[in-house]
Amino acid sequence: MSLSDEQVRHVARLARIALTDEEVAGLASQLSDILAYAEQVGEVAAGDVVPTSHPYPLAGVARADAPGPSLGQDEALANAPAVEDGRFRVPRIVGEEA
Amino acid sequence: MPDDLTRADAATLLAAMEAGETTAVAVAEAHLARIRATDGALGAFLRTLDDTALAHAADVDRRRAAGEAVGALAGVPVALKDILCTRGVATTCGSRMLEDYHPPYDATVVERLAAADAVVLGKTNMDEFAMGSSTENSAFGVTRNPFDLDRVPGGSSGGSAAAVGGRHAPLGIGTDTGGSIRQPAAFCGIVGVKPTYGLVSRFGLVAFGSSLDQVGPMARSVADAAALYEAIAGHDPRDATSIPEDPPPARPALDRGVEGLRIGVVSSFLDGEGVEPGVRARCAEAVERLAALGADVVEVALPHADKALPAYYLIAPSEASSNLSRFDGVRYGLRVDGPTTEEMMAATRAEGFGPEVKRRIMIGTYALSAGYFDAYYLQAQKVRTLVQEDFAAAYASCDALVSPATPSTAFGIGEKVDDPLAMYLNDVFAVPSNLAGTPAMSLPVGGDEAGLPVGLQVMAPHLGEPVMFQVAAALEASLGLDLAPDALDDAAEERA
Repeated sequence: MSLSDEQVRHVARLARIALTDEEVAGLASQLSDILAYAEQVGEVAAGDVVPTSHPYPLAGVARADAPGPSLGQDEALANAPAVEDGRFRVPRIVGEEA
Repeated sequence: MPDDLTRADAATLLAAMEAGETTAVAVAEAHLARIRATDGALGAFLRTLDDTALAHAADVDRRRAAGEAVGALAGVPVALKDILCTRGVATTCGSRMLEDYHPPYDATVVERLAAADAVVLGKTNMDEFAMGSSTENSAFGVTRNPFDLDRVPGGSSGGSAAAVGGRHAPLGIGTDTGGSIRQPAAFCGIVGVKPTYGLVSRFGLVAFGSSLDQVGPMARSVADAAALYEAIAGHDPRDATSIPEDPPPARPALDRGVEGLRIGVVSSFLDGEGVEPGVRARCAEAVERLAALGADVVEVALPHADKALPAYYLIAPSEASSNLSRFDGVRYGLRVDGPTTEEMMAATRAEGFGPEVKRRIMIGTYALSAGYFDAYYLQAQKVRTLVQEDFAAAYASCDALVSPATPSTAFGIGEKVDDPLAMYLNDVFAVPSNLAGTPAMSLPVGGDEAGLPVGLQVMAPHLGEPVMFQVAAALEASLGLDLAPDALDDAAEERA
């Protein structure tokens, strides 16, 4: 597996990480090496094997639906970089190019 | 009781405090003084919590003197990895992203430590977001190995491992997603335990790979690790992956010996290429010792174990790419402004994350992206099933398994920073137990030709903590090692 600079830029966009051209070139090489190693998983014939997502299966996990104290608004907002009128403030979203 | 309180293990300190021979305040002060003297050279702590530690210790002393109830670890200092949330106290995960993050709540493990009256001395350094095997990926500087200050302590829980090995605290808390407790424990000559997945709550643990992450104890003796394990394990309704049943106690198993146990040696690990001669020799001797102590030692195969690390490097980054999407400059952490929200997020994450974290997020995002999911993530999850089945087959005939904890002893600072794959191979023997969710630990079994510690890994089936600790305790008692790292004291003397 070899990743092109263009693929790296696409993945970086999906991951919301701005990269410099230098980083793109470095990552193309490093990610290609790592993925070439990881591709060894494909050497195992595992067509009928059931995938495992959780190492210790638990079923029907739900705690009691009982009211209890939770974070207040001030505490929940205390670590936010920008706050306005008791809400998280972010730059413009509407009208942003897709 | 040694004159220098930092030379005592937790059990010795507890007995001395119970007997009135010393106090929790004296114990805390002795360790804080040593940290002040030598942590400049070691770099184990990101910050110490002198005031709260001494206040807690004084409260323990007052209650103990008054005959009031105290916890099971009352007055014993502990070093806490900076990945567990502490209310009002910066919790950075070794990242610029969280440099100023002050959690509004305590992790369950932190609450349990407080309930046990363990005295948290400070928060320890780590690879950023627990991604790394050397603690060189921290945004806040390197941590050094107490046996050789030019070498890494391992990682990602390298700060806690160095603190415990360097006598800055008798107990430490680490986390292990793919060896991050056991590998630094092996490198720093201490005991490190990854419990069964689900036995220790992950509530308040900053998530990396949620199906793999587990919190565990680090200590200078198996008995101390067992006591700390018992203090932090237990059901937590705030963690949906928390096992509802009571955790199996470890301490009753410590004196049982290994006679009659069948112990499997993972021969492909012990004899594997890339295992240093010193590691192989010490681990082989430890295996012989187990046989001499009466264990029935047999060779076992884990046929898919060689695919465990490749699978791990798809599963863990995939989960990380999802978990770390929360660091978006909106609710907490760093923000770098931009004209639109998307540009703000991309700039924030570019500046807030270090190179290794970016690499892992990118691998995970790629592995989960359209067209690649089946070949990478799904196939890795199938390999995970096969690794679990390998373990199940081995545990059908063996009570516990042993192998080297790591292929090598501690390597030099800077030696592997430019070669991610070489760094990843540190954890080749550790990750199968993470994929299977089974308990595993490392304990010191001697030193290599350079005097660097070698760790033996002991593994057990789900909820097999008692037999795992039983094997480790028997081996520790028989070996009677006294691994004393003096590099730190030598360096401190030179500086003085």
